[in-house]
Amino acid sequence: MKPAPFSIHIPDTIDEAVACLAEHGEEARVIAGGQSLMAMLNMRLAEPSILVDVSRLADLKKLEIGPDGLTVGAATTQAEVFHHPDLATHMPLVREALTHVGHIQTRNRGTVCGSLCHADPSAEMPLLLATLGGTVTLQSSSGTRTLSASEFQTGLLETAKQQGELCISAHFPSLPSSARWGFREIARRDGDFAIVAMACIADKGTVRLGVGGVSDAPTVEEWSDLSTADIPDALNRLAWKMGGTDDIHASARYRRELVRRIGQKLIEETLS
Amino acid sequence: MKVLQHGQKHSVEFTLNGEEVEGFAEPRMLLSDFLRHEIGATGTHVGCEHGVCGACTVMMDGKAVRSCLTLAHQAEGREIRTIEGLETPDHEFNDLQQAFHENFALQCGYCTPGMLMTLSELASTGKRYTEAEVRDALSGNICRCTGYKEIVDAAMAVLGDKGQVAAE
Amino acid sequence: MTGMEDDVSEMREPLVGQKILRTEDQTLLRGKATFMDDIPIAKGTLHAAFLRSPHAHARIRGIDATEALKLKGVHAVITGEDIKPYTKPLIVGFANPLDYRGIAMDKVRYVGEPVAIVCATDRYRAEDALKLIKVDYEVLDAVVDPVRACEESAPVLHEAAGSNRVSHRVFNHGEADKVLDAAKNKTQITIRYPRNSVTPMETYGVVAEYKPDTGGYDVTSNFQGPFSVHTVMAIALKIPSAKLRHKSPANSGGSFGSKLTLFPYIVVLCVASRLAGRPLKWIEDRLEHHASSSVAPSRVTTIEAAYDDDGTVNALRMEHYDDHGAHLRAPMPAPIYRMHGLSTNCYTIPNVKVTNNIVLTNKCPTGAVRGFGGPQLYFAIERVMNKVAKELGMDPLALMEKNLIPAGSFPYRAPAGALIDSGDYQQVVKDSVEQGKLDWLRERQKQARAEGKLYGIGFAAAVEPSQSNMGYISTLKTKEEREKAGPKDGAVASCTISVDALGSVNVVGDSTPQGQGHQTALAQIVADELGLKFSDITVNLETDTQKDNWSIAAGNYSCRFSPASTSAAKTAAERVRVKMTKVAGRFLNVPEDDIEFADSMIRSKSNPDNGLEFRRVGGLAHWSPSSLPEGMDPGIREVAYWNAPELTPTTANDEINTSLAYGFAFDFCGVEIDPDTGNVKVDHYVTAHDCGTILNPGLAKGQIRGSFANAIGASLYEEFVYKEDGTFLSGTMADYLIPTAAEAIDPVLVDTVAIPSPFTRLGAKGIAEGNQYTTPVCLANAVADALDYEDVTMPLTPSKVFGWINSGEEMAPPADEEKTEERLSVDFSGDALRGEGETFVPAPREKVWETLLDPKEMAALIPGCKELDKHAEDHFTGTLKMGVGAVRGTFEADIRLKNMRKPESVEISGTLDGSLGVSRGTGWVELDEVEGGTNVRYHYEIHLSGTIASVGGRLLSGAARLLINQFFRALVARAAPDAAPRKGLLGKIRSKFGGNS
Repeated sequence: MKPAPFSIHIPDTIDEAVACLAEHGEEARVIAGGQSLMAMLNMRLAEPSILVDVSRLADLKKLEIGPDGLTVGAATTQAEVFHHPDLATHMPLVREALTHVGHIQTRNRGTVCGSLCHADPSAEMPLLLATLGGTVTLQSSSGTRTLSASEFQTGLLETAKQQGELCISAHFPSLPSSARWGFREIARRDGDFAIVAMACIADKGTVRLGVGGVSDAPTVEEWSDLSTADIPDALNRLAWKMGGTDDIHASARYRRELVRRIGQKLIEETLS
Repeated sequence: MKVLQHGQKHSVEFTLNGEEVEGFAEPRMLLSDFLRHEIGATGTHVGCEHGVCGACTVMMDGKAVRSCLTLAHQAEGREIRTIEGLETPDHEFNDLQQAFHENFALQCGYCTPGMLMTLSELASTGKRYTEAEVRDALSGNICRCTGYKEIVDAAMAVLGDKGQVAAE
Repeated sequence: MTGMEDDVSEMREPLVGQKILRTEDQTLLRGKATFMDDIPIAKGTLHAAFLRSPHAHARIRGIDATEALKLKGVHAVITGEDIKPYTKPLIVGFANPLDYRGIAMDKVRYVGEPVAIVCATDRYRAEDALKLIKVDYEVLDAVVDPVRACEESAPVLHEAAGSNRVSHRVFNHGEADKVLDAAKNKTQITIRYPRNSVTPMETYGVVAEYKPDTGGYDVTSNFQGPFSVHTVMAIALKIPSAKLRHKSPANSGGSFGSKLTLFPYIVVLCVASRLAGRPLKWIEDRLEHHASSSVAPSRVTTIEAAYDDDGTVNALRMEHYDDHGAHLRAPMPAPIYRMHGLSTNCYTIPNVKVTNNIVLTNKCPTGAVRGFGGPQLYFAIERVMNKVAKELGMDPLALMEKNLIPAGSFPYRAPAGALIDSGDYQQVVKDSVEQGKLDWLRERQKQARAEGKLYGIGFAAAVEPSQSNMGYISTLKTKEEREKAGPKDGAVASCTISVDALGSVNVVGDSTPQGQGHQTALAQIVADELGLKFSDITVNLETDTQKDNWSIAAGNYSCRFSPASTSAAKTAAERVRVKMTKVAGRFLNVPEDDIEFADSMIRSKSNPDNGLEFRRVGGLAHWSPSSLPEGMDPGIREVAYWNAPELTPTTANDEINTSLAYGFAFDFCGVEIDPDTGNVKVDHYVTAHDCGTILNPGLAKGQIRGSFANAIGASLYEEFVYKEDGTFLSGTMADYLIPTAAEAIDPVLVDTVAIPSPFTRLGAKGIAEGNQYTTPVCLANAVADALDYEDVTMPLTPSKVFGWINSGEEMAPPADEEKTEERLSVDFSGDALRGEGETFVPAPREKVWETLLDPKEMAALIPGCKELDKHAEDHFTGTLKMGVGAVRGTFEADIRLKNMRKPESVEISGTLDGSLGVSRGTGWVELDEVEGGTNVRYHYEIHLSGTIASVGGRLLSGAARLLINQFFRALVARAAPDAAPRKGLLGKIRSKFGGNS
């Protein structure tokens, strides 16, 4: 199980990187941590002819955590975020979710932005971006643009990132101090992709629930003045809206049931 | 911009267990293959080549990483440590190796290099770990022989509350 | 007598029984061990990669390797046709017309079957060439269910056999039919045992080289034995067996049975090396291992029991459909026959009738897996015993105890022929109940249930056989066939011990271990026998069939080591001792019966000062042959071949003592099931083992815990999943889930009796398989108890268990739900991916029809398609590049239109063929005129196979849906270019969701 041939281009600047992506179009793939891409290369599910290795670009190593939230560059690893001393203070929900992302070894190389761009429907980082209402900044030879999570996340393994664009950073806003949060993930084993993952934020009478693993991209629903009695119907509506798919680990119905049952517990826990 | 053309072998240099090593690799060559078949450091094992089993775990710049999900060229200029570098200078087992030995923490030994390199990252922090933390840390390394109890016991003997002084 | 003391005792205590640290660790922990892929190879050695079938069942019309051979570094592409002249079929234990040679000939019969071998200068290049080989397949219907495979209408895998049921035998031991027919109380249950394996961390590896000087082959591989299969390989290669030299590396990274069925690859690679003219190396990768190495037979069993009101079970009657996948490979169908003598497990049930159907289906062929037939059989027996208890309202443990073979009745001859050597089952149960706190557990269950929790308790017991009778497979033949073939029995073990000129002791054994610590255990045994220190003994367990002593039973399987290899070592060491006693006796002038071996001395017992160092006595045999007693050969090298007379051939009545030594395992557990997630939490687990003499408690506990972990995997996580059309879905380790340290459960190990076997030299029995037998069914019984649910199948996945708890209708969608979002459904269950949907196109029906059926337009609709060639009104072909995210592949498309009713409906069927996989599908499209445009209703079914299905299962239905969405988005865009783009473009879609919990 070995990758098909490709060339490696190692740009020295972001401008070089985007120029390279513009020149080579869909033949080129960006590699940063490579923790999703390498497995696909090894299995020859992906056969790009060029890898643009941005992992050493100092300009992509951004990591800022403060009262405004988390800003993370495209070459910053999940482990670097996880081990940042201020993460627990300002971004406890991100910290909790990161413990479910892969394993030590993959977090040490895998990047937050790489996970967002790979857009696995069960992955935690896209779920958090959607639930927290974060943004992704993309750069191409014609400039930069910043997309909201809902604009960026277009579907299964697909994003709004166009050919020639490089994701350079992502921003996860922090929660107001009045907000309460909760996170639950149901997976077959420790570190596996979630069957269902849910992040819940409650603040000033509104409840926001982000759900991953059920539909093609993270789904976020927000309710105001949600009474305990309303929760089952609200979650049932959400479950049917997402639909869910079958795979060898779980049926679509099971996924919807988890949204109803575990969703209810999570919302109640978050509100309590 | 450096370009490594496909179909050609290019020089790769890095530090392996404190020594400079050099070899040649096509851009697509995996670090695991490079270590094993170019350098001859066969202590690192390959179990799945898709990043799940953990047998190929090595340390890169002090962090445990999957060498099957890392290209040889991505190791350029880095510091790599493998199981071959764990012995003490006088060729004795280090604390983790000794604990594995004393606890029957290996049978076939195929997963062991990956287990030891993952635990080496933990040991390098000098922190104490709970059993739950150790089990979580090891969840990226699969063992088929032992059922893990002996591995966890060995790890706790070094990294737990009553553990020995962590390895350097 | 207890077996599990941990402390190393004072010197002079026997080393056997002590927790001696492992010799093996010295290389393993330093990264200096030698596994298969670590062995340096000769320069010029070629590397092999296999092209494998993406289809479950297809006829090969042709293979074209022209383009592959043009690739730089590719030396040869070898197919079944090339292999054929150099081989004969690989035989199995009974006469049959099957023609299996390790590579597909005219047909492929499972996903992953080898079709061609590329030999290239390195593995990367060999894999590059795979996608350049063109294979023309005629796809055939597949069958994956063993019961269905026996029906008249089922597709037949091997035409020459005429049927998928390749062997059918009925065994009557006692009068089960009569007892069951007359019984006042009887019950029955049907069990399904899934497809799983204990996949080792190291995969298969082979280096093969043709030797022109002998006309034979040199092979190094991590084959595990039994070496009876060496004869199968030599016969298949049409060479004298001595010319097939097989060597094993020093280390093997686990096997658990699987490295037995590596042998067909050895045969194929031998011939390939001959044809390529170079040594040839192949290391199996993980996807190959999952799809195509070896799995345990899955099984459907219906079992009936007749019983008295007091719980005495009088008869069992069972019919097995044993599913061996696409081919039978030696020694298959051994697992079912290995357990035959134990068809009544640990119970005094006097009557048993067994019907064995050996069935072939379109799945990966079977082989040995830790437990070897036991998990399947005991799952049925222990489930039916549990059901009898339930029907009587009796405590399950009380029912088991009522029927357990009583202490004092050993050796006990079971009705189907097992001669159970020793045991005290009642004591094991008693110790377990006390140490495992059964009373506490029952109280805990009561409390949990009072709180409304789903909590169950399960029990299971098993006789644990070790050292297989090499004759048991003959039970598969009729009495007449057996008489014709001649008797087969026994299980020969060998060991060679030499003492060199400096008195250093070297032990060579035939056990080809994969990490069980055999080097350590053999050194303990030999050191004890010769009065030496542990570190004085060197043990080498690499094998070389041209240089070592071996017999057909050699290898590592069916817990052979503890009973057999140790007996051979003990016997060889005794022979060394006898010889050295004679030498020393003469030299010291001491009668032989006054000689003792102790403290590295050989000396007079009565006068310990009169002695010689062991090494000096050894030296005499080399340096001074004249000092030896008259007639004694110089040198010291003793070979022992050891066999047990209890391993007799199958009797005329089909009774067979299938194994030599029989341990006993007893488990109980408590499980709590989360009603919201279906998650089965193992709350408390207790396991007890009597395996006779314990050689080294450190090693023994490792075997118990390892087996337990494997069994937890089989029970809760692991399954090789096939769809009904034979599509294989468990290619990666993210699909086939193995428990990690985070999921591992630490059972209570009971300290209980260790009753030695009277039939083995050290009294030792196997211990490595007990939990494969007890744990799955113990958990199943507990889940059945928790849920009051009978049809419990493994693995106990949360999604499945949830369905057992919640069999009712799902909460309905809200009444106004339809208007929400675009959606189409994809049903993953069954034989195909099925989906349906409906979309509104704001364009007239004729316009939509034209767009759908014009080749130019259609090319624009199909994701990734640039151009379609029109061959006829209803036939188009083209190349398309499509994918999802980074996953992209190039496919050849062939599209045909049927049942065209312009402009109302059409059936579109097509195939996509590419290196990522093959897809066949049909879509039915109907166009309805509605206000403002056209409603397009469609449903489709897609058969997907090959790499993409095997490794992408988790995302498959999502990806299919995405591509269909792309198609219809394009349709809207082409047919109604002026329609305003909006999110939820497909508008109103009504859909039914597939898949049931």
